[in-house]
Amino acid sequence: MVDRILGRGRDGRDGKDAKDGREPRPDAPVPQTPEEAKAAVWTRVQLARNLRRPRILELLGAMADEFVELHGDRLFGDDEAIVAGFAIIGGHRVAVVGQQKGADTEENVRRNFGMPHPEGYRKAMRIMELADRSGLPIVTFVDVPGAHPGPESEERGIADAIARSVGLMTRLRVPIVTVITGEGGSGGALAIAVGDVVLALENAVYAVISPEGCASILWRTTDEAPTAAFAMKMTAQDQLAFGIVDEVIPEPGEGAHTDHAETARRLKEVIVRELDRLTAIPADALVEQRYRRYRSLGPYGEIAAPTPSPTVPPRSGLADRLRGLIEAGQRAMPAPLQVGRRDEPPAREDV
Amino acid sequence: MPMKFPSFRPQREAFPEKMWTRCPSCEEQLFNKQLERSMNVCPSCGHHFRLPAPVRLGQLLDESTFEERDAGLISEDPLGFVDSKTYPDRLAAAQVATGLRDDAVWGYGRVEGQRIAILVMDFGFMGGSMGAVTGEKVARAAEGALAERVPLVIVSASGGARMQEGTMALMQLAKTMGALERLRAAGVPYVSVMSDPTTGGVFASYAVVGDVNLAEPNALIGFAGARVGAGTIGQELPPGFQRTEFLFRHGFIDRIVTRQNLRKELAQILRFLAPARQEAARG
Repeated sequence: MVDRILGRGRDGRDGKDAKDGREPRPDAPVPQTPEEAKAAVWTRVQLARNLRRPRILELLGAMADEFVELHGDRLFGDDEAIVAGFAIIGGHRVAVVGQQKGADTEENVRRNFGMPHPEGYRKAMRIMELADRSGLPIVTFVDVPGAHPGPESEERGIADAIARSVGLMTRLRVPIVTVITGEGGSGGALAIAVGDVVLALENAVYAVISPEGCASILWRTTDEAPTAAFAMKMTAQDQLAFGIVDEVIPEPGEGAHTDHAETARRLKEVIVRELDRLTAIPADALVEQRYRRYRSLGPYGEIAAPTPSPTVPPRSGLADRLRGLIEAGQRAMPAPLQVGRRDEPPAREDV
Repeated sequence: MPMKFPSFRPQREAFPEKMWTRCPSCEEQLFNKQLERSMNVCPSCGHHFRLPAPVRLGQLLDESTFEERDAGLISEDPLGFVDSKTYPDRLAAAQVATGLRDDAVWGYGRVEGQRIAILVMDFGFMGGSMGAVTGEKVARAAEGALAERVPLVIVSASGGARMQEGTMALMQLAKTMGALERLRAAGVPYVSVMSDPTTGGVFASYAVVGDVNLAEPNALIGFAGARVGAGTIGQELPPGFQRTEFLFRHGFIDRIVTRQNLRKELAQILRFLAPARQEAARG
């Protein structure tokens, strides 16, 4: 099995010349109506999906001094939807992993439109484990609509690959810097996005399910995708507020797709700064800190009272009693959830 | 003094419970008492009905050995999520319907005398979807198993991550996997039991990575929804796709176990995985 074919290269598509001095735009006027807010979010989703957006290869082309791509998972094959290898970024020797879409149809077919199969994540795991043994920090570039959802993917264990990759990243003893550069599509994104620090480009999005998937389950039509995108608070700024993203990096001009070189320059600055900071932390402290970071994500409450008895609501008033009456009636009817039909699986969220 | 209305709320007990259930697989009308006696498995075709969490615990554990932990955890609404209903309304409705605070219940119990940490999920509570409370309980169950060095058993029943909590729900994959990695590193065994359905983010995190994976027959188990897959890929799905037997054939499940045998098989496997450790802990 071969990791690398010599002489096979690819230049970063740098886009146009850097428009220097173009500072981050002051945010557009705060949207007033819910409709405007929804439209603003949907615009970002479209920007995150822009085909000309720079991904790992374009960004490395512009920011890395050296880049060596490695191939294959040693189990099944090489998945070109995931790029992995070694690079030198701002003097740091690092391992890099990221999803890659194609620039044209032919390349997109080869790269499966950036939707990795299990072998892609297993390649990523192999390189990250190698980095761990070699003491190389890891930088990941996340841009994925979601892991490939087809039968081959299930047969070869996409869920297993994602779960194990997430698990691996929680215990690696080298620094991990993650950048969400475009679409952060659920489990397919998180599989390479468990980092000590998680950065996001300004127009990147991150969600538990695609807006179309969410809309088709909760609104029963994909037409409501913008509504779902708005409801899921999937923009980089929202994720920053939740503490899932640590820093949002402004994009040049009308978006990262208009200027790959400037995007890469801004990104590199922050990546190098974070690598400088993280490499100074002892491995034990680093792993513990990363574990705590994810251990503490997701708010919940705690009430003191022991076992709940919500089937008997407090008798506080007429409305409650009427509600109780209705619920008792509903309970007397067959509960559809308990006896789901075998030929009609329930609507499910993908990850 | 507030005026006292006469109570016209009927006593729940006074309502005749539905006496018959139609088997969705073979269409047979089943007497509920009979269904209960057969562990909610259709006596004529073997269809495994979904189980409420307390029933599952009752079937697996030795009588009155279950000590629940963290019963007070409740979900919050970090996104202020609204579709046709608000998320808090959905939570309240699910709490009333199931009598649970959220869809996961964990604690310690015994299986044929062996002490374990056990977490069971209830599909009846918002489709067993994994939110922050579910993830927190899984992590605490793993940490609890590690603290006492007793095996961890998780019985999954879930449609995946809880969309209403957005990326907070997604992060539970990392939270639970982090805790399970520590359990694994410490050499404490973990048995995953998959029931109908185990899909999405739950399958792609703690359900799939058991040291031993057991599954009930013909359960829906998979990563992406069958319709999602077929829709985006535009590809014919093989027969029996994403069923227990499909996963078994492809090597992701150790044993397909009927509900009648589950407790016995679980106890047997735990006897192989656990004894050395339990003795070490004692000695």
